[in-house]
Amino acid sequence: MQNKKSLFEYVLRLGDSCLILSQRLGEWCGHGPILEEDIALTNFALDLLGHARFWLSYAAELEGVGRDEDQLAFLRDSGEFRNLLLVEQENGDFAETIARQFYFDTWHLAMLEKLRGSNDEKVRAIAEKAAKEVRYHLQRSTDWVVRLGDGTAESKRRMQSAIDLLWTYTGEMLEMDAIDQEMLDCGIGVDLSVIREGWMEHVGKVFDEATLTTPAATWMQRGGKQGIHTERLGYILSEMQTMQRSYPGLEW
Amino acid sequence: MTEWPLWEVFVRSQHGLAHKHVGSVHAPDAELALRGARDVYTRRNEGTSLWVVRASDITASDPEEKDAMFTSPVDKTFRQPAFYSVPEEIKHI
Repeated sequence: MQNKKSLFEYVLRLGDSCLILSQRLGEWCGHGPILEEDIALTNFALDLLGHARFWLSYAAELEGVGRDEDQLAFLRDSGEFRNLLLVEQENGDFAETIARQFYFDTWHLAMLEKLRGSNDEKVRAIAEKAAKEVRYHLQRSTDWVVRLGDGTAESKRRMQSAIDLLWTYTGEMLEMDAIDQEMLDCGIGVDLSVIREGWMEHVGKVFDEATLTTPAATWMQRGGKQGIHTERLGYILSEMQTMQRSYPGLEW
Repeated sequence: MTEWPLWEVFVRSQHGLAHKHVGSVHAPDAELALRGARDVYTRRNEGTSLWVVRASDITASDPEEKDAMFTSPVDKTFRQPAFYSVPEEIKHI
């Protein structure tokens, strides 16, 4: 296929975003504000890790140079990762984790719903499988945004500050670059201007219900999809990859 | 943190079976209790339906009154079907 290299990039982006967010959520393990949330956050982490495995296995197959999902996950450096900047941001307090999750889930579900109609069979199958779980993720993060926003004065203050803080990282998932365009043109990928419309609508509606103020248009950070990351990704990778880096080829 | 109310969780494992008490969760409201119950108690494909009930809404029998409540049937074996002998002529029972 002519677009194979671009499809590899496209699939890698999806996989890397799932992988890095999974790793971030895993940091909550044992530190959740309450037992139920501890389990829920790590459940999400495991769901996303499952999605990452599907995408990265497919990416490895497309690349065709003999790497597998594990090598893609554990032996690439930060410049080779294609995840959104949003997902590498720190957990912060619970409100920041929820804000990051809510921005991501809203985008993620819309993407998967569209990718279910992709003309690439594998992409379609992965999207179909993942969408079921992500639908639940979005319900849950939406619930929390409303409850923290329309909660106590303290929870509202924290939720508002979290959505403001992360707003600058929501641009790149809603704007097309050359690879997005190429994948759209060949019927595999998604039109992000359509995703953007639905995303703005859902986010605005939920913030209204949560009595939060939708952040004003601002400068948007971009670069994650092209491999230009914040310094935070390096710390994530050093923890995530330490076993394979220290003991190459380790299996267990 | 103000302690969240406790919710008792009931799971129905298959269609046709009754919901069964499996444990409890803490949550600020009913919807989040349901989500918490889903995440804590149905991770391994245990359920087809979930109920949550605010624990404070359950009226329970008093353990102190156990005798008055429950001992009376103990020696009333005539309430058990096995108490009655079945006549020879009656088949298929």
